[in-house]
Amino acid sequence: MNTVPVLPKLIGRRIKRREDPRLVRGRATYVDDVKIHGLRHLAFKRSDVAHGRIRSVDTRAAAAVDGVEAVLTGAEIAGFLGPMPIGTPFPSPDHHAVAVDTVRFVGEPVAVVVARDRYAARDAADAVVVDYEPLPAVVDPEQAMTGQPAVLHADYPTNVALGPLSRGTGIRRRQPVDDTAVDEAFAAADMVISQRIVNQRLAPNSIEPRGVVAHYEGGKDELTIWSSTQNPHILRTFVARMIGLGQDRVRAIAPEVGGGFGAKINIYGEEYVAAALSKRLDMPLKWIEDRSEAFLATVHGRDLIGYVDLAARRDGSVLGLKLRIVADIGAYNMLLTAGIPTNSMTMAGGSYAFPAVRVTLTEVFTNKTPTDAYRGAGRPEATYFVERAMDMLAREIDMDPAELRRKNFIRPDRFPYRTPLGAVYDSGDYEKTLDRALETAGWAQLRTERAAARAAGRVVGLGLSMYVESCGLGPSAMVSPGGWEHSQVTVERDGRISATTGASPHGQGNETTFAQMLADQFGVPIDHVTIRHGDTAVVKQGIGTFGSRSQAVGGTALHNAGIKVKAKMARFAAFLLEAHEEDLVFENGTIAVQGAPSSARPFAEVAAYAYKPVKRPEDLDPGLSDEAFFEPLNNTYPFGCQIAMIEVDRGTGEARLLKMVAVNDAGHLINPLIVEGQIHGGLAQGIGQALIEEVVYDRDGQPLTGSFMDYALPRAADFPRFELDHTVTPTPVNPLGAKGVGEAGTIGSPPCIVAAAVDALSPFGVRHIDMMLRPEKLWRLMQGEPS
Amino acid sequence: MYAPDFAYYRADSVAEIGRLLRKHPGAKLLAGGHSLIPLLKLRLAAPPALIDIGRIGELKGISVADGRLRIGALTTHAQIAASSEVAAHAPALAAAAGVIGDPAVRNRGTIGGNVAHADPASDLPTVLLALGASFAVATDDGERAIPAGGFFQDMMTTALGEHDIVTAVDVPTAPEGQGQAYEKFSHPASRYAVIGAAAAVGLTGGKVGRVVVTLGGLVPAAIRAGSVEQALSGQAPSADAIADAAAAVSNDLGPDLIGDIYASAEYRRAMAPVCVKRALTAALKRASSVAEAPAARSPWWKPSWL
Ligand SMILES: Cc1cc2nc3c(=O)[nH]c(=O)nc-3n(C[C@H](O)[C@H](O)[C@H](O)COP(=O)(O)OP(=O)(O)OC[C@H]3O[C@@H](n4cnc5c(N)ncnc54)[C@H](O)[C@@H]3O)c2cc1C
Repeated sequence: MNTVPVLPKLIGRRIKRREDPRLVRGRATYVDDVKIHGLRHLAFKRSDVAHGRIRSVDTRAAAAVDGVEAVLTGAEIAGFLGPMPIGTPFPSPDHHAVAVDTVRFVGEPVAVVVARDRYAARDAADAVVVDYEPLPAVVDPEQAMTGQPAVLHADYPTNVALGPLSRGTGIRRRQPVDDTAVDEAFAAADMVISQRIVNQRLAPNSIEPRGVVAHYEGGKDELTIWSSTQNPHILRTFVARMIGLGQDRVRAIAPEVGGGFGAKINIYGEEYVAAALSKRLDMPLKWIEDRSEAFLATVHGRDLIGYVDLAARRDGSVLGLKLRIVADIGAYNMLLTAGIPTNSMTMAGGSYAFPAVRVTLTEVFTNKTPTDAYRGAGRPEATYFVERAMDMLAREIDMDPAELRRKNFIRPDRFPYRTPLGAVYDSGDYEKTLDRALETAGWAQLRTERAAARAAGRVVGLGLSMYVESCGLGPSAMVSPGGWEHSQVTVERDGRISATTGASPHGQGNETTFAQMLADQFGVPIDHVTIRHGDTAVVKQGIGTFGSRSQAVGGTALHNAGIKVKAKMARFAAFLLEAHEEDLVFENGTIAVQGAPSSARPFAEVAAYAYKPVKRPEDLDPGLSDEAFFEPLNNTYPFGCQIAMIEVDRGTGEARLLKMVAVNDAGHLINPLIVEGQIHGGLAQGIGQALIEEVVYDRDGQPLTGSFMDYALPRAADFPRFELDHTVTPTPVNPLGAKGVGEAGTIGSPPCIVAAAVDALSPFGVRHIDMMLRPEKLWRLMQGEPS
Repeated sequence: MYAPDFAYYRADSVAEIGRLLRKHPGAKLLAGGHSLIPLLKLRLAAPPALIDIGRIGELKGISVADGRLRIGALTTHAQIAASSEVAAHAPALAAAAGVIGDPAVRNRGTIGGNVAHADPASDLPTVLLALGASFAVATDDGERAIPAGGFFQDMMTTALGEHDIVTAVDVPTAPEGQGQAYEKFSHPASRYAVIGAAAAVGLTGGKVGRVVVTLGGLVPAAIRAGSVEQALSGQAPSADAIADAAAAVSNDLGPDLIGDIYASAEYRRAMAPVCVKRALTAALKRASSVAEAPAARSPWWKPSWL
C-alpha cells in the first residue's frame, strides 16, 4: 500500500514566484537596509556643466558643514585610485571615478563628501564651489565626428572612439574588403529602400536606484562590499584590483536588487570610491543614489543612428542589406559601452537569409552620460533597423508584411545557420511562430477591422515585426569575464537541498525556477529547496545575470551540479538498498528500486546516511555536495513575432495601443508564468521606447529629461491586455533546451509599434517615423508636414 | 533628493495655524505634501519651518447647503472624485479630481493645496474657474471669500497673502439643465495637464444659454475663453456651431503660450480648439440628457465624517 503523496513534476508549470511575498510585503533587504555601527555617508558633488575645465574646487564651506568628516576633490582621489578599467578590448581614454581636470557631461562627479548622515553629506556637496572654464559642448554625434565644436579627449581628435568597423559579406580578417557581392546585390535590385533611422537614447530606471556599502575591516585587511549589482563576482574582481587587495580578501554581496535592466552590470566610480575610501579611512561607508542622480549618473541605453539600404526585387526577395551605424556613446567608455553597438552589428540581418549584408559601425564621444547595456543591449537597435526596413519595403511593393517576412526567412532546414555577420543561429522555425502570431491576433480579421475603422474616419494601423536575438551568453570568447556559469548543489543532512548560482538574479525569479528544477531532479517537494545567490562568500564563483543567460547558462550549471550529487546519492542509496544505482528512482521524497515501491527509503534518511556512513563502499567519500561550471559552445537565438494595432487621435496625435500580441520561442520553458512576466515587462519597456520614453539634451548638453516629470515610464493602465503565446524550438547548445527570455519583449516591440503607427498614418503619405511617437510629431504628420 | 533642514510644527486648529505662521516667518503649510515635498527634495524651496495642517478635522469634508457645495481645504482628490454630492452638483470637478496624477497622488493631494500651489498644469484651477467657485480664506483679521476669477493670478501666484489659509472651496451647485465636462490632455510622465479645458453649458429651449469655458496648461494661470462663450451662447448646439465656437479660442490666447519638449507652444495653440470642442461637445451632451442623468457613482469607500 503506497500512502506517499505523489509529487507533481514542476518543470513547465506556472508556479508563483517564491520571491514575491517578501518583496511585496517590504520584508526584503536591499543595500540601503544594510546598517553597520559607525557607518558614514557619501555624497557626490556633480558637474552642472556639460563640458568644462576645472579651474578650482573650493571645499572649505563644505568641510565646515556640521557633521562632515572629509571632503575630497577628484585630484585628491586620483592620488590613491587609478583610472577605471573597462571590459572591452578597445582603446579608451583615461576615465577617473571623480573628474580630475575636465568634466565631460552633466552629472560627472567632481568631489566627494564623507559625513555623519546623508543630509549633511548632501548639504556639504551643495556647498562645494567649482570654478569651470567653460568649453563648448557637442551633443550631436554626427557633428562630433567633425571634431567641432569640441574635442572631448585629446587622443580622439574627431571624437571617434571606435571605428569605422565593418562586418559582413566580403569582409574577412586581415584581408582586403571585397565589395563584389554587396555591389552585385544592389546592382541586381529592382529597388533600394533607404532610410536614416534613429534609435533614441533611454534611461534604464530600475525601481531601486544604485547603492553601495563598503566596509573595510583594518584588523582583518578585508573588504566587504554590498552593491545593487547584477554581477557581484565581477564587482569583486574589479574592486579588488582597483584597491590593491587580493580577491580572497574581498567579499561582494548583491543583496536584494530592485532591477537592473543591464545598467547594473557596469562597475561604477561610486563603487570604487566607496571601497577605496573605506580602506583609506578605515570606516564603513554608504552611498545611495537618488533618483535625480540616477537620470544623470547611471548609464543610458541605445542612442544609435542607422543608415539602412535594403536592396530587393519587386517580388519581395531581398538581395542585400547595407547598414551604417553611428553610435553616440556619451562621454566615456564604461565596462561594456564599446561592445554594445557591436551586438547591433552582429544581429543586423535579423531572421532573414539575406544573401549579402554589410554593416559598418562608428562609435562617437559626445558630452552626455555614457551609454552601456540596457535591456536588449544592441539587439533592440539591430532588430529595429532591419524590421523598419522590411516594413518600408512591404509598403513600397504593397505586399503583406507577414508574407514579405515569410519569403525571406532562414528556412528551418538551414540551422545551425552561419550568418554573414559571424553569428551561428542555433535553431529556429520562424514561420511556425509567424503563423501562430497571425492566428492568435486574427490577422485577417484585424485587417477587416482596420478597413472599417478607416471608413469611419478613424486613424488606425496594424504593425507586425519579427525578431531574433542572441541570448545565453555564451562562449568565453564572446564574454569578457568568461562565458560560463557556476553552481554548487548540496543535499543537507536533513534531506533539504541548498544550491548556489553565480547568475545573480535581480527580478528574474531564479529562486523559483531553479528550485523547480532541483525538486524534479531529486523528486523532493519544492519547499525543501533553497537557492542562494549574490554573495561571493557563499557562491564560490560566478559571472552574473545579463544577456538573458541565467536560465540557459546558470540553469545548466545547476542542472549539471545536481546530476553529480544525485549520482553520488544514488550510490549511497544503492548501498543501503542493495540495489543497482541505475535501478533507482528518486520520487515523492523517497529513493526506491524501480518497480518495488516497498523498497522506498525516505530521501532524508539516505541524506543522513551519506553524512554518517558507518559502512560504505571504499571509494565513496562522505557528504553530498558538488559543483559544476558550464560554458555553452554557442549563444542561443530565441525569436518571435509581434503584432500591434494602434489608433492615433485625429485631433491631438496621441497614439493608443489597442492590441498587442507577442508570440515568442525561447525553447523549453521551466515556468511559463515567470516567462510571461518577463515578456510583459519587456513589452512595457519596448512600447515605452516607441511611445513615450526619450532622453533629451539641449544644445549645450543640459539634460531636459532629468526627472519623472519629463521622462515618462509606461504604466499598467497604458496598455491593453497583452495576448501571449509561444512555440517551442529547443536549443541544442544546452541540455535544458532553454534559450532565455528576459529581453525578448523589449527587443521585439518597438518596430512593431512604429510599423503600426506608420500604417495608421500611411493615408497621410507617411513611410517612417522616428521614436518616440510624441503626439505633436504625429499630429504634424497628419497636417501634412514632412517627416 | 534630500530636503534641506527645516523645523516641523503641527497645528490642530485653524487658529493655531495662524499663530504658528505669525511666530515663524517664512514657514510653509504642509497639506498633502504632493507639491511641497517634491520642491523641498529638489531643493527648489527651503522654508525654515513646515506647519503640518493635515490633521485638522474642521478643514475636511464635503457638504451641500444653500445652493453650494462646500469642500474643506484638506479634502483629497480621491474623496472628491468618489463623492456622490460632487458628482451630482459639480460633475466636472469630480471628473477633474479623478484624472489628477495617479491613485497615490489623489489619495494624498488636497484641493486646498492644489489651488494654493496654483501650478499652471493643475486641473482644479481650470475647473473651479469654470464653475464659478470661490475660496474661503482665513486671514490675520478674520475670514474673507475670494472668487476664483480673482484668485489665480500668475504662474504659482495667487491672491493669498502670506498668512492666509484656504479653509474651504465653495462651488455653486449646477443649475437645472446645465451640462459640465472636463477634457484633459495628460502628459505621459507627470500626468499633469498639457491642456485642460472645462465647460459648463446651460441649455434652454434647444438653445445654448449661459456658457463658461476655461483653459489651463497653456498659460501661466487658467483663463476664461470669452470668445468661445460669446460665439456659442444663443446658438443651437449643432456640431458646426460647437466647432466654430471652439475655433474662436484663438482670440482668447495671447501671443505667449507655454511650450516644452513634449508639446511646443505652437502645438498647444492648435490643441486648444480641439480640447475646447471636446469639452463643449461632452457638456452639451450631458445638458441635453440631464433628464436621464446617470446616478452618481457611489463611492466604494466613504470616511465616517462624510
Ligand atoms: C506625481 C504627481 C502628479 C501630479 N499630477 C497632478 C495632476 O495631474 N493634476 C493636478 O492638478 N495636480 C497634480 N499633482 C499635484 C497634486 O494635485 C498636489 O497634491 C497638489 O497640487 C497640492 O496639494 P497638497 O495637498 O499635496 O499640497 P502641499 O504640497 O502640501 O502644499 C502645496 C502648497 O500649498 C500650500 N498650502 C497647502 N494647503 C494650504 C491651505 N489650506 N491654505 C493655504 N496654503 C496651502 C502649501 O504651503 C504649499 O505651498 C501631482 C503631483 C504629483 C507629485
